[in-house]
Amino acid sequence: MPSFVRHMLLIVAPLMAAFAILPGVYDNHLLLFNFVIFLILAQGVNIIYGFTGYLPFGYVGFFGAGAYGFAIMVMHLQAPAPLAVLAAGVVGVLLGLLLTPLLRLSGAYFAIANLAAALAVLHFVANPALESITKGPYGVALNGTFNPTLAYIGAVIILALTLGFVVFLRNSSFGMALQAVREDAVSAAMAGVNVVKMRVIAWLVSALVAGLAGGVFAWYVSVFYPDNVFSSDFSIFAIVFALFGGVATIMGPIVGVIILYGIYNLIGFTTPQYFQLIYGVLIMALVLFLPAGLVSLATRRGWNVP
Amino acid sequence: MSPDAKPILTVNGLVKRFGGFHALDGLSFHVSSGEILGLVGPNGSGKTTAINVISGLYAPDGGTLTYDGASIGGMASHKLVHRGINRTFQIPKPFLSLTVRQNVEVALAYGRAEVAPPKLTDLLEQYHLAELADRPAADLNSSQQKMLDLVRALATRPRLLLLDELAAGLNPTELDWIAGHIKALAQSGLAIIVVEHLMGFIEQITDRVIVMNAGKEIFEGTLAVAVKVPQVIEVFLGGEHGA
Ligand SMILES: Nc1ncnc2c1ncn2[C@@H]1O[C@H](COP(=O)(O)OP(=O)(O)OP(=O)(O)O)[C@@H](O)[C@H]1O
Ligand SMILES: [Mg+2]
Repeated sequence: MPSFVRHMLLIVAPLMAAFAILPGVYDNHLLLFNFVIFLILAQGVNIIYGFTGYLPFGYVGFFGAGAYGFAIMVMHLQAPAPLAVLAAGVVGVLLGLLLTPLLRLSGAYFAIANLAAALAVLHFVANPALESITKGPYGVALNGTFNPTLAYIGAVIILALTLGFVVFLRNSSFGMALQAVREDAVSAAMAGVNVVKMRVIAWLVSALVAGLAGGVFAWYVSVFYPDNVFSSDFSIFAIVFALFGGVATIMGPIVGVIILYGIYNLIGFTTPQYFQLIYGVLIMALVLFLPAGLVSLATRRGWNVP
Repeated sequence: MSPDAKPILTVNGLVKRFGGFHALDGLSFHVSSGEILGLVGPNGSGKTTAINVISGLYAPDGGTLTYDGASIGGMASHKLVHRGINRTFQIPKPFLSLTVRQNVEVALAYGRAEVAPPKLTDLLEQYHLAELADRPAADLNSSQQKMLDLVRALATRPRLLLLDELAAGLNPTELDWIAGHIKALAQSGLAIIVVEHLMGFIEQITDRVIVMNAGKEIFEGTLAVAVKVPQVIEVFLGGEHGA
């Protein structure tokens, strides 16, 4: 069996099945929805950071832009929700295109510039002067499209597509070429790889993923403020989850989200007073002892982690 | 090779500046298919810079590069690779976290070799990397990494190959071995430019040498003649003092 098919059957399909069944047996649907959103975002970070080495500290910019893209489509064009989610993806891609010059930067410079860009988008959207379009700082309420069940299904579909793309990256010469670019751009060019084109593609796909996630999030919550959908928590969580599991794999970000977001909610519910402390210690331990993520426990032993 | 063969690469008055410093200052030479041209000169004379400009890493600030009848100055590296130019690096640059096999697979998939590229297993076998095929390139020692650079370059089926100090750090047996490979590649029709400090090695494999100093050529001919030219001798001794 080709490994692409094997990965789809053994990783993606069971995960989809789980998210199809869980709402029937578990009552906290918001939590399930959030898991799906973070799985999407962590894989989006995986695409851009894991496969190309750009750390998107302002990743939430695409998410928030997508959420507002959705809101504007619904408020001003009376678009049906699924169409508005697609438009949110387009908004993510357009913002990505606008920010492609950032790809000339590297390392911390890129991360900081990306963070600044996300803040710029937040302040643009939240500008009171744009109240007639975005409702400025006062937030939007999209009662007409409120439908958590459908929004949840939409999120699961987006997750499936995102995972499908990561499975493709793991199993194609395209994904390998991206990793080559991440390792050494000059050498990648000498292998015949069009470095700029590859980076832009990965960047735009990762922007698309976050834009779609933002759109479906807006659909699900239907009432939100700029600070909600541009919260840096989204960027930080998505990055930490992806890194914790291990990037440039399919499994790493999935494991990262399930474990860390699981613990996050567990501590949050039971002992909220120790929450920040425990979480902080966990992340520090990770950085100190497992810089390449949980999957490196296996890869160090020579096991191949999909 | 026939001495009057039409050159595959002609470098004419090439200039490359870093700030106000002229790393290349009007360099001119040519190389033909099947020929091994040595590029020698003291440290800092611009040999690596010449290779970097020819392989598209830097755009030239002046002069012309003609390859296969077309002007290629300032063209992006990957496009030059698709046209048949490739190189190795003085400090090898493999994809460290990828396996040796994957390193070569990228070049096989993206090199757009004009004729069918050589088989991966044969390449690895020839350059003593077969045993290491599934190890990350980071596990290789420096000379193995240089061989991997070479194999990656060969996987794209180059017609012009630039070797930047490929032999440095090899023991005498390995030197003979790699010399044999380079000669065989030239016999199969490749034009090869070899940058090297080991004069014995240059003597053994090159048809002709260009001696560089301060960014331009000061001699062109055989090494046997070069070592008798006062200007060349002075540059090498001066280079030693300067270094
Ligand atoms: N990217 C760069 N930026 C600034 N200066 C550079 C750069 N690359 C090379 N130089 C300078 O250009 C000059 C020529 O360097 P180059 O590496 O081409 O020499 P070389 O002949 O290859 O020397 P070596 O034998 O030591 O490898 C040196 O003075 C070097 O410091
Ligand atoms: Mg050099």
